[in-house]
Amino acid sequence: MSALLQHPGYEEERLQTVAKQLPCREVQAGMLLSLMGQPHQYSYPSIFIYGHQSSGKSHVLHVLLKELELPHATVSCVECVSVALLFEQVLLSFFGCVAASLLPRSPSLSDFVRIYRQQSSQSPAKQTRYIVMEKAELLRDSNANLLPALLRLQELVEDNVSVILLSEIVWDRFRPNTGCFEPLLLHFPDYSKGELQHILAQDRNPSYSDEFYSAYINILLGVFYSVCRDLRELRHLAALNFSKFCEPLAEGKVKETDTHKLWRNIEPHLKKAMQTVYLREVSSLQWEKMQQMEEKENGALRGLSAHTHVELPYYSKFLLIAAYLASFNPARTDKRFFVKHHGKIKKTNFLKKNEKTSNHLLGPKPFPLDRLLAIFYSVVDSRVAPTASIFSQISSLVTLQLLTQVSHSEQLDAPKYKCAVSMDFICAISRTVNFEIIKYLYDFL
Amino acid sequence: MSKRKARDAHLPVGECISQVQEILRKRLCNQQLPDRPEGVEAQHKHLLELLKRTAVHGESNSVLIVGPRGAGKTMLLKCVLRDLLMEKEAQKNLLQVHLNGLLQTDDRIALQEMTRQLHLENVVGDKVFGSFAENLNFLLEALKKGDRSSSRPVLFVLDEFDLFAHHKNQTLLYNLFDVSQSAQAPVAVVGVTCRLDVLELLEKRVKSRFSHRQIHVLSNPTFRQYLERVQTQLSLQPGDLPDDKFAQHWNVSIKTLCEDKSVEEALQRHYNSSKDFRSNHMLLMLCLSRVSVAKPAIKPADLLEASRMCFIDAEANMLHGLSILELCLIIAMKHLNDLYEGEPFNLQMVHNEFKKFLQRKSNSMYNFEQPVIMKAFEHLQQLEMIRPVDSSTAKTQREYQLMRLMLDHTQVMEALQKYPQCPTDVKQWAMSAFG
Repeated sequence: MSALLQHPGYEEERLQTVAKQLPCREVQAGMLLSLMGQPHQYSYPSIFIYGHQSSGKSHVLHVLLKELELPHATVSCVECVSVALLFEQVLLSFFGCVAASLLPRSPSLSDFVRIYRQQSSQSPAKQTRYIVMEKAELLRDSNANLLPALLRLQELVEDNVSVILLSEIVWDRFRPNTGCFEPLLLHFPDYSKGELQHILAQDRNPSYSDEFYSAYINILLGVFYSVCRDLRELRHLAALNFSKFCEPLAEGKVKETDTHKLWRNIEPHLKKAMQTVYLREVSSLQWEKMQQMEEKENGALRGLSAHTHVELPYYSKFLLIAAYLASFNPARTDKRFFVKHHGKIKKTNFLKKNEKTSNHLLGPKPFPLDRLLAIFYSVVDSRVAPTASIFSQISSLVTLQLLTQVSHSEQLDAPKYKCAVSMDFICAISRTVNFEIIKYLYDFL
Repeated sequence: MSKRKARDAHLPVGECISQVQEILRKRLCNQQLPDRPEGVEAQHKHLLELLKRTAVHGESNSVLIVGPRGAGKTMLLKCVLRDLLMEKEAQKNLLQVHLNGLLQTDDRIALQEMTRQLHLENVVGDKVFGSFAENLNFLLEALKKGDRSSSRPVLFVLDEFDLFAHHKNQTLLYNLFDVSQSAQAPVAVVGVTCRLDVLELLEKRVKSRFSHRQIHVLSNPTFRQYLERVQTQLSLQPGDLPDDKFAQHWNVSIKTLCEDKSVEEALQRHYNSSKDFRSNHMLLMLCLSRVSVAKPAIKPADLLEASRMCFIDAEANMLHGLSILELCLIIAMKHLNDLYEGEPFNLQMVHNEFKKFLQRKSNSMYNFEQPVIMKAFEHLQQLEMIRPVDSSTAKTQREYQLMRLMLDHTQVMEALQKYPQCPTDVKQWAMSAFG
């Protein structure tokens, strides 16, 4: 296993500890190490490492650079809201705080390179210096010259420095219009199912046996693997659901080896976790509380989306329903739905094939205020006078972002709106006022 | 002598390899200058002649070096400068100012940098200048020597020249070219750029002051030359290594490497896609990194592997790491793209397409809730495999935002072939022409 991590420039022992900390990433670490070469040798000016989230990009680099004690600066581009922070961090970790304080206020790239050169001429690099940029895709959004300059930094500062960019977006989406120095591309593949199992099984609970825990991981992967391959997320889910898995064991109902029964017990919980914790609808603390509550009440556990409801005034609810109908029904069908004696409308003519079901695919369409009010008066069961209170309720729906105003706000005589709520939401609303909205939707006829 | 040699020959292999690595890495990574620039001898002579006239005879000149990226423009310029500075008079007289369009992003910064490189900070002090031209003239004036009325020649090198054309009013370029036209101080302005249309970027008044002298660096070697270049890049010069025996051994192994049939084929493929130095260096660097004590030579297999790494499709790699659900969504998008000829789509349509697929199946192992699908969709957006058509996200709901797939039909299909444990029904769904 550690045979891959061998390099004459480094001590055997250190490489051993590195290898221990990088399970299932030996190939990548070895590749990186051989590209870096011995500390005093030049490395390629810029290396671009891409791979999915939590495929170990930062971890491998961090462990390598730290354990082998190579001079490096790790910069996370999320933290660097301005380039000044980036420059400061690099100078600070290479040359100490005196150099970093030399940077003027709002420094330009030119200042950075000047100070770097000045400092590196005083203390030339005996070992390759590495600048690691995490989340490098954010570099595209800052100064347009920053990325091309960083890629050829070695040439600009004439020092033995190598810039390593980490990103989960492919290099093709980075390349500027006029091209730039091409970095060396390195791919970190995702962990396979076996590797995930191997890594997850490592953080087992000491009070349970290895087999027991790996059986648990197996079940967890069975449920989540088709949706999520993010190691960090899986680890979080594993930690959260383990206590539930052990429950029958603690009660003495099942033996450790009886995986089938354990599976029967845990599976519904994992399915629920997928609908709530995985979507970050509830925090892990809330999730634990909810589980305890459930034991007491034995009620169905639902995510937040199931009980999202806003308390709205009675007429506002109808206004929202009317807006939904206006957004998702074609205007020509209004007569059929809302006029009591609409005469005979031919069914074949009414139901145009391609128009049907497409409204809920294409999204809400804008409608004028008049139409909204007309539908509103016909759906609400009592007589309502068009007072200012109705109009103010419309504008408060807009502020709540349940409606969006499409036309410009200056246009006062015929404003246009769009309904911005989901199907589930409107069904829940209409249930509270005993209105069967499905009957009035063209798509569901 | 013979005794020393005998001792040197006993250098352990590890030591030799380490030295070879060091020498070659300097060449490939640090762009160490070659003794003679190859393929651009005429340009070298021309540029050297030109700069010599400025440095020695005090003639003003302006020239642009134009060529694609990685073709060796900077290498050419550096070689010329190195050769120029070998002459005593030039070395004594010539002042150099190196500016880079990436770093000096406006004229104020450029002027500061110029002052610094000419060591005139003390002279300028706290003076306040009315205009840019005044400032520049002051700088040049300050360079005049006491004994002669002529100034010292100054060489301005403007790297990424095209970026200077974006500066406000192109003041810097205007003034530099103006000085080079009028008989003021002797200056040589050398612009380096990769844009062939760079003259179109210049304003009329700037363009008319430029000498319109262009040196094109278009490295266009034949395949034979390309092969030779690879060989010389990897070979050791006599005297590089104390251990002659190993050096000879290494050179022989490189020679046999370049004569290998499969290697030649791989190099031909590289030659067809790009002929510049940089991409060549990348390939060779990847080969070199595979050399170790256990394997003290570059084998054909190494080069083939390196070549494979260079040509690898990054998108396919990323597709490989998607979850089944995300892959299904991609397939649904592909179908929508085929069906509506590249019209943009939204999440609802994709979900609908996916549901159609699920309905045809009896078992419901992919029965996911809408929010889970939404999360997968957003992950794809985060990976920039799909992109919103317009950026106004505020007004439309997320599920109705129009998107475009950034992947190719063939990329999806190829990725599907390589996907680990891909369910057969998903594969068949992807193959079928219409949903």
